[in-house]
Amino acid sequence: MKHNLLLRVIAKYLFPVIALFAFYVQFHGDFGPGGGFQAGVILSVAFIFYTLVYGLETAEQIIPPYVLRILASTGVLIYAGTGVVTMLMGGNFLDYDLLSLNPIEGQHIGILVIELGGGITVSAIMLMIFFAFAGRARS
Amino acid sequence: MKNITVTVLIDALIDITLLAFLAITAIAIIHMRNLFVIIMLFGIFSLHSAGLFVVMDAADVAFTEAAVGAGISTVLMLATLALTKNHEEKKPPHHARLPLLVVLITGGALVYGTYDIPSFGDPMSPAQQHVKPHYIERSIEETGVANIVTAVLASYRGYDTLGEVTVIFTAGIGVMLLIGGRLLRRKKQEDD
Repeated sequence: MKHNLLLRVIAKYLFPVIALFAFYVQFHGDFGPGGGFQAGVILSVAFIFYTLVYGLETAEQIIPPYVLRILASTGVLIYAGTGVVTMLMGGNFLDYDLLSLNPIEGQHIGILVIELGGGITVSAIMLMIFFAFAGRARS
Repeated sequence: MKNITVTVLIDALIDITLLAFLAITAIAIIHMRNLFVIIMLFGIFSLHSAGLFVVMDAADVAFTEAAVGAGISTVLMLATLALTKNHEEKKPPHHARLPLLVVLITGGALVYGTYDIPSFGDPMSPAQQHVKPHYIERSIEETGVANIVTAVLASYRGYDTLGEVTVIFTAGIGVMLLIGGRLLRRKKQEDD
């Protein structure tokens, strides 16, 4: 699909729209449907669409595989790390109330941070799996 | 009063249409032999399920089903298909009478089992009685999150969600170990 002008142009314009929607789902999960998991999938879909049109080499230049590996583990680390931080502050694992002086505010910070961790891991892993399959088809 | 009847009718119509499409897609998947078509039909099946979840007011589940079931898994299955040589499924040599019998009996037992399940949205069912009243009544003052599903997933059941994220992480590691990585590709190139 590398030489199809229509697809190339549309992919270029759709990528930021899909990515923006992913971030909306990520940070609006408190009020609407969605959250880190769905946002991660949507963000990876934006990259997969780009890869399908522009090819694996171009996509790997934008986001190299080793970056994905680091991101995937960083997400889990952020999530579990939040739990460890609340334990160090003297509470239970993932007890967000302690993250701020005001429990409600602590809950907000905690949910935001763990959703972010989940989203990072999900999008990185989805892309990693897709790259693994696509790379295998190439070689 | 008239409006309520119309709404119920429309709801029933949407339910029947979606379920009919679901059944048609499932039957088509069984009859098709071309794997590419089957994968596309799987995506359509997921999309219809997502529609059903929306009808049942489970927006978060519908969202996940549409994004993962219809989106990512279709792409991943297509990527897998690109790796295989044979895109046609072989016709089974004989009629599968015994499996059909097993499926019919199991299906019948499951349908029989549904008669004991409380009706959809029944407020007196055990699932609604345990911790759910607490979530519905207290989640906004305890977490300040408007979406109860998010409050349950991220706060009350944060530990479970950590498990989910770890499962996805582990799945990614598994795929990388099996087919990913530069080492394998380079070795293959040397072999060629």
